[in-house]
Amino acid sequence: MIASLRWLSDLLGTRLEAAAVRDRLAMLGCPVDAMQSLHGGLERVVVGLVLEAVKHPNADRLSLCKVNAGGAVLGVVCGAPNVTAGKRYPFAAVGVTLPNGITLERRKIRGEYSEGMLCSAKELGLGEDGEGILELDTEAAPGTPFLDVLPVADTRFEIDVTPNRPDLLCHAGLARELGAVLGRPVRLPAIPGASEAPPPRATRTAGPRGETAGVPVTIEDAEGCPRYAAAVLRGVTVGPSPAWLTDRLAAIGARSINNVVDATNYVLYELNQPLHAFDLAKLAGPAVVVRRARAGESLVTLDGERRALTPAMTVIADAATAQAVAGVMGGASSEVSAATTDLLLECAWFEPRRLRATRRALGMSTEASYRYERGIDPEALPANLERAVALLLAVAGGRLDGTPVDVCPAPIAPRTVTLRDDRLAHLLGVAVPRADAERALTALGCVVLPREGRLTVQVPSWRPDLVREVDLIEEVARIVGYDRFPEEMRPYRPSVVPDDPSEQVAGRTRGVLTGLGLHEAMTVPLGPRHDERAVGVQNPLSQEEAYLRGALLPGLVRRVEHNWRLSERDVRLFEIGRTFAPGEGALPVEEIHVAGVVTGGRRPRHWSEPAPPDVDVFDAKALLEAAVRVACRGATLAAEGERLVARLPHGTVVGWAGTLEADRPAWAAPLVGFEVLLRADAAAAPAVRPRPRSPSVDRDVALVLPEASVAAEVEAVLRASAGPLLEDLWVFDEYRGAPLAAGQRSVAWRLVFRAPERTLREAEVDAAFQRAVTEVETRCGVRRREA
Amino acid sequence: MSGASADLVAALAALRAEAEALIGAATERDVLQRLRTDYLGRKAGRVTAILRDLTSLDIEARKAVGQAANEAKAAIEALLETADAALAARAHASSADLTMPARQAFRGALHPVTLVVDEICDIFRDLGFTRVTGPEAETEQYNFTKLNFPPGHPALDLHDTMYLGPGTLLRTHTSPVQVRTLEAYPPPIRVTIPGLCYRRDAWDASHAPVFSQIEGLVVDEGVSFVDLKAAIGYFARRFFAPGVKVRFRPSFFPFTEPSAEVDVECQICHGAGCPVCKGTGWSEIMGAGMVDPAVFEACGVDAERFTGYAFGMGPGRIAMQRYGLSDIRMLYDADVRLHAQFVEAR
Ligand SMILES: [Zn+2]
Repeated sequence: MIASLRWLSDLLGTRLEAAAVRDRLAMLGCPVDAMQSLHGGLERVVVGLVLEAVKHPNADRLSLCKVNAGGAVLGVVCGAPNVTAGKRYPFAAVGVTLPNGITLERRKIRGEYSEGMLCSAKELGLGEDGEGILELDTEAAPGTPFLDVLPVADTRFEIDVTPNRPDLLCHAGLARELGAVLGRPVRLPAIPGASEAPPPRATRTAGPRGETAGVPVTIEDAEGCPRYAAAVLRGVTVGPSPAWLTDRLAAIGARSINNVVDATNYVLYELNQPLHAFDLAKLAGPAVVVRRARAGESLVTLDGERRALTPAMTVIADAATAQAVAGVMGGASSEVSAATTDLLLECAWFEPRRLRATRRALGMSTEASYRYERGIDPEALPANLERAVALLLAVAGGRLDGTPVDVCPAPIAPRTVTLRDDRLAHLLGVAVPRADAERALTALGCVVLPREGRLTVQVPSWRPDLVREVDLIEEVARIVGYDRFPEEMRPYRPSVVPDDPSEQVAGRTRGVLTGLGLHEAMTVPLGPRHDERAVGVQNPLSQEEAYLRGALLPGLVRRVEHNWRLSERDVRLFEIGRTFAPGEGALPVEEIHVAGVVTGGRRPRHWSEPAPPDVDVFDAKALLEAAVRVACRGATLAAEGERLVARLPHGTVVGWAGTLEADRPAWAAPLVGFEVLLRADAAAAPAVRPRPRSPSVDRDVALVLPEASVAAEVEAVLRASAGPLLEDLWVFDEYRGAPLAAGQRSVAWRLVFRAPERTLREAEVDAAFQRAVTEVETRCGVRRREA
Repeated sequence: MSGASADLVAALAALRAEAEALIGAATERDVLQRLRTDYLGRKAGRVTAILRDLTSLDIEARKAVGQAANEAKAAIEALLETADAALAARAHASSADLTMPARQAFRGALHPVTLVVDEICDIFRDLGFTRVTGPEAETEQYNFTKLNFPPGHPALDLHDTMYLGPGTLLRTHTSPVQVRTLEAYPPPIRVTIPGLCYRRDAWDASHAPVFSQIEGLVVDEGVSFVDLKAAIGYFARRFFAPGVKVRFRPSFFPFTEPSAEVDVECQICHGAGCPVCKGTGWSEIMGAGMVDPAVFEACGVDAERFTGYAFGMGPGRIAMQRYGLSDIRMLYDADVRLHAQFVEAR
């Protein structure tokens, strides 16, 4: 909502200060997003009285003037044809900067000094009239600030009105809010040129049919349009608006169209009442019928578009065809033109939900539809129509024909809501004196009846949001002021809701992976279609972000490529996030995954050694192992082709690690990564066993493995056959090359033997070791490699 | 023992003592080398010479002197070794330039949004809040209807929604988890709810179609607006600055009433007004309010007996302010040069 400070001031009958209004509105729940001073830069322009004006001795079209601008009489050279002695004009002295950016200097014009300038409207930024200087219709003393005699300076506010407050989408509504806290009533400003006597109020009909000036008005669709008022004006002259009206609209950034359109817009912005003026001569009948659109019916709207209508939409029709989409936009064929003389003025209330569905179906939104779908004041129609008629007669002439009609088949009952004193105190946490509550509600236009322990509150018709007791509690708190409630820490009971274990596991996983030197990334879960089963968004912003991710790694790989483009070689990232797959029901199945990618050196470069080797798949394996330990307990890893695969005991694949495909520059290292399911089971306390103090005995064995053999199998046999004295074993070397045959390799294990309670004898270690070696030679087709 | 042999043994002892003194005094490795030649040199070494002359002695004397000579030789040898190693170590140590860079390991950083989320959750944990999450794909029921967004309500316009199918969508806020929590647990409830949300907003410097949000929900008997103000005030003074001014302004959210926007004193101008706070002296940090009875009713909670409050804020926006990030896209880029700066952040 765009509002003018001057307009608000006029409604409250006082001069409001811009910053104070901004702060007040913020504390009422209407924050001002932007505040713009209009016609700034005129503060130093004053009223100048021309004492004498004679022809310049050296130039035919210039005058030499003597000007009283409040101080000494100044000599001014003026080029305007209309400068006249004895009249007052805006005067800018030397040193003043005008809105057009020009700073006046003392200078000689054709041999005569000029001590300032008498200004035109254009020079002051007040319009396009640059022909002559602006003659002021004032008796103000010379030197009086110009802004005091011609109040044009204004401040424009951009106000963020929340969707529950349609009543604040107009100046009167905003003024009412300000008035509630300032203690001032709202009075509509007088319309310049309007007749003293207000036009007659619309006559309310009992049924769905009425008539004004011989034009029948019928509501056939009372559901879509519960109330429809109309007036007929004849003999109007469509033309330019008077200056006060164009100025007022300009202050809120609305362009002047013609006097009829401007008048309806004025009422819209003043009273939140959308109006529509039909050219009466173009209405068949003439008649007005509010009905559902017929199947196949269409209408060319004011914007020139042909709109296909459906019976779900309400239209305003004449005796033959639809002439307007109710509350959204009028039709082109009955549009008011320069030739129009007779108007039918519509002032209606349309049902918000129907209207919203209609304008969405038509893919359009207008100032009118925006207000109707939020809900305007249904009770204000007759008064708003009266204001509109008075304004139109003042700016476009003509006369009101007959009495306006107010077709309202079902009266709208005022709403009454009960507010209990104890509930008010209970929810707000402190007792609010009843007088304060009453005062707050009354200031907002409620009618308050005190009862035993409660207030019976009749809410104003312009507040569709006040329906329940809690709505009134908010109003009391709002008007009393949120800052009046204390910040007092009171006792509370602890939460019964347990911590989400997946959050705890995620937190520990973050600790592990940052400890391993990976930065946490946050990638976008939306991307292009990655496979047939991808979960799609029905209304994506782009095809590049039309599907939900099924895995985290593709997003991380894109981020690595981004870093490569920045010439970063060591890139180590991880992410914990959700993935999506089609589910049995309507919703996709979500899993929390943890994934990581690394490329570059295995450690940072250091001057003491040559460049460290690049990461390879065993770095990814280490990360996967670390992630499995912290985030996917119970999973085991197995080599499958080029990948390591993590499986749960029952066989479900929950993750993998390996080398990743990427758009890799030549200088970059291989890219490896892993991804694994994050399981939400809380980590059990580790089973810590005391370590024996008896000495251990080591035995090393190098085994030649044939091509197909894998280390894990050999190790499993060694472990199983070495007996209970074997405490641990691990690979400490791998060798390929002469004298081994191609494809063969030698893998060396260290076996550590220990008896917990005693010192081992060499003989028993030798026996256990030999047993293991023999077993593995027999079962795995390996042979011991002699040193 | 003969006199000659006794003399030789005494001479060896003297040589040994002399060598010991000289070795102890040596400060250069080449001095030690010279001493080795002097005493143990194959040709002219003084201990070597005595050993060479043994042939002139009788068997008894030879044995006695030989043993003494070998002992002296071994002792001097050992002294030389030790002294040489010490000097070598000292030479090496004094040549190390400790201003040269240390040997590093890769260090990873938490995402700035994680830092903010964790800090917020930790502060509220001190007020008895636990931390819960929920799905990102939701139904209209949970995302809107049960949160008192009636179908066709204009408030829906503020949530530009990405739909997955009829009645299913990507959640536009973390509030559906409020509903899920209310349905799953009887009060007292005190939870923080972090998570990702989705809106159909095109990318620009301050908008992303995906963003993180964190909400809080408290429900029990007798929870009031005063409790809300106290909790948020406590949070703000711990998160922003001790003594920071906090302001509650009326606002509107379908699922709370009364509703409030919470501002803290602008941390840049401290209330004086600056371009960052658009001259107001305040910066908006969260939305909050008392849980609307319609939400309780939709979740099967007795709205007369229980009251509660809820709040929500954007950790991404807070991270941008706190760390001076000008563009929201920086949060999603994973530029390692940016993230490396968060290694020490907490
Ligand atoms: Zn500031």
